[in-house]
Amino acid sequence: MGPGGIASSGADVISTFESELKKVKVDALIEEGCSLHKVGCFGLCSKDVLVDLEINGNKTTYQYVKPNMVQRIVQEHIINNKPILEWTTDEDYQNFYKKQVKVVLSDCGKVDYDSIDSYISISGYRATEKVLKTMSPEEVIEDIKKSGLRGRGGAGFPTGIKWEACRKVESQQKYIICNADEGDPGAFMDRAVIEGNPHAVIEGMIIGAYAIGADKGYVYIRAEYPLAVERLTLAINQARKKGFLGKNISDTGFSFDIKIKLGAGAFVCGEETALIVSIEGQRGMPRAKPPFPVYKGLWGKPTIINNVETLANIPYIIRNGAQWYSSYGTEKSKGTKVFALTGKIKNTGLIEVPMGITLREIIYDIGGGIEGGKAFKAVQTGGPSGGCIPVDMLDLNVDYESLAKAGSIVGSGGMIVLDEDDCMVNVAKYFLQFTQSESCGKCVPCRIGTKRLLEILDRITKGLGKVDDIEILEKLSSDVKATSLCGLGQTAPNPVISTLKYFRDEYETHIKDKKCPAKVCKDLLTYFIMEATCTGCVACMRACPAGAITGEKKKPHVINQEICIKCGACFDVCKFKAVEKE
Amino acid sequence: MLEVSPEIEKKINDILNKYIEGEGNVISLLQDAQETFGYIPENVVDWFSKKLDIPESRFFGIATFYAQFHLKPRGKNIITACCGTACHVKGSEKLISTASRELNLKGDEDTTEDGEITFEKVACLGTCSMAPVVIINKKMHGKMTTEKLAREIKSITKAKK
Ligand SMILES: Cc1cc2nc3c(=O)[nH]c(=O)nc-3n(C[C@H](O)[C@H](O)[C@H](O)COP(=O)(O)O)c2cc1C
Ligand code: SF4
Ligand code: FES
Repeated sequence: MGPGGIASSGADVISTFESELKKVKVDALIEEGCSLHKVGCFGLCSKDVLVDLEINGNKTTYQYVKPNMVQRIVQEHIINNKPILEWTTDEDYQNFYKKQVKVVLSDCGKVDYDSIDSYISISGYRATEKVLKTMSPEEVIEDIKKSGLRGRGGAGFPTGIKWEACRKVESQQKYIICNADEGDPGAFMDRAVIEGNPHAVIEGMIIGAYAIGADKGYVYIRAEYPLAVERLTLAINQARKKGFLGKNISDTGFSFDIKIKLGAGAFVCGEETALIVSIEGQRGMPRAKPPFPVYKGLWGKPTIINNVETLANIPYIIRNGAQWYSSYGTEKSKGTKVFALTGKIKNTGLIEVPMGITLREIIYDIGGGIEGGKAFKAVQTGGPSGGCIPVDMLDLNVDYESLAKAGSIVGSGGMIVLDEDDCMVNVAKYFLQFTQSESCGKCVPCRIGTKRLLEILDRITKGLGKVDDIEILEKLSSDVKATSLCGLGQTAPNPVISTLKYFRDEYETHIKDKKCPAKVCKDLLTYFIMEATCTGCVACMRACPAGAITGEKKKPHVINQEICIKCGACFDVCKFKAVEKE
Repeated sequence: MLEVSPEIEKKINDILNKYIEGEGNVISLLQDAQETFGYIPENVVDWFSKKLDIPESRFFGIATFYAQFHLKPRGKNIITACCGTACHVKGSEKLISTASRELNLKGDEDTTEDGEITFEKVACLGTCSMAPVVIINKKMHGKMTTEKLAREIKSITKAKK
């Protein structure tokens, strides 16, 4: 049960199951061994709440479970052993899983996130014991290097090489930090990993700490993720109780402990140097690199910062071997990557795929294609630092190199599908709004540059664009990229650059014809009622907050364009498709 | 200098002690203060500033940098609209203008005049599959529509009357 499940009343389903099962247990109808596990996100969030039922090894999965369905499931399936076929998952569900390869998510949905014993029962903490008892730090680093694992936080730097550099620095005190700030506004991979399998992240941190020689670790996590914080806190306490954290872990002489630090809501704090000063209790402003945190990090000491997903991969690599891991993926991008597939797609949710899979496979085979029979337009990857990839590039391989070549990035794993109803200028403006307000203001190109970019985009979407605006956007974008201090400013223009590259005509139509082809930009739209189709049902009149619609019952209505605020309420509410926009 | 009940005084003393005994982290101190008061009251900052001999500007510098901190009291009811990317492409802009209109909020205001309702925007709640998402008094509502949101807001304002 992840956040999607909770939003769809997963807790109610669980408690109903509990009480229903208790009822029948009292009647002694249920055999022992029937236990109710709470598990993390299954992945296919659009079908929440999903319930797995396993009876004597036969597994059935129900979709869209509501509390009022529970009693019948218990009665017919559990007691009479007759699965309710019309409620079980359909073909979509099977396709959703077919092309996926689960490493980081392999135990999400299997282990009970509340219980360290559940994790241990599926080989949990085996990797930690193996590392601490049988391997030298150098051997661990060698294994990670061989696996080809690259940082999943965005930049894709090889993890083993980073660890090696930190190992080699002489210092009494070193730190390891898990970056769980997850700032990309449309991605939730790290949240799901922490909520569904927190012990894998803890294990990754212990192993990393051992490899570099750190005895203290921090998890920097967004305060907006209260559930993840709660589950991680619980998991850390359990690990401490079992002796996997603290002094002299498993009698090996190695000591390590983890503290949680709550982020206070600033995107730039995902950047490593800003994250460090934020942990130290200051305004989270980045500084120039070098010196890199590996040499001079938290409190001036050598520090490794790794992303949640990077760390969660570690125990699986140690347990199954570097070779096993590197058998997935492409030559330069090894292993699997978790993506948050959202937007105008049928199957939204969390997916884990081998690197090198094509966008088409993700969107059509796993994602089930575009919602509501609309036409695919683009897929946005990498969030505010990334770009949009158009339809004719759907056969692109998803790996670090290919996506970079196409003008986007793998990024942390947000993947937002856009359809014909999305305006690309609006999308670019959306991201610039975000980066502009999140710019820390330390350096001029980013502080002022993003502001100017946003102003230009804003006027284009309002029909006030000028002929040379496209040129200015291009020039300004490349200047901001080249001269900003940190990754935020250096990547902020990417959404503009990529939409200009692939959807230039949309910009031109906005500027020259003062029209928004996707009919999104409010100021360029007019709403009107088609006389022939309007039945005079007065629904629009009631819905209009501005009182712009007049007309008698059962007679066609009209919109007064002077009063209309273009909110679209009439368009949404009309059952007869009589309201049109242009 | 600070007129508060003994109960609150104990609480801020606890925060102070935690700061002194811990790593001396101003962010954590402000997080604790906000937990206690629901926002960061000016006179409380003043009190900490004098006790710790740290200029008030340090506190406010941090409080204004991070989006989590509120310098004004918040409404009794909190409505939070997600404006992350997934919610944006599923129409969160419409929800935001509906809420501002229904609550009569002007410009940058986020709390209704009577202090009943605060309306906030947040970037991605991590439930993008249910986009667009709105949280009303800690309860998450997925696949929100403008009509449903208007109805929810009306039911809050009515309950008050
Ligand atoms: C503006 C900005 C925001 C970032 N946000 C995150 C984030 O939310 N999570 C993350 O893991 N990395 C983020 N990064 C990347 C980190 O700086 C860093 O590269 C990463 O945490 C390193 O871990 P990895 O090697 O395991 O990927 C961000 C970078 C920049 C420039
Ligand atoms: S690039 Fe932007 S976010 Fe980064 S240091 Fe400069 S102003 Fe701050
Ligand atoms: S974008 Fe709204 S929940 Fe992620």
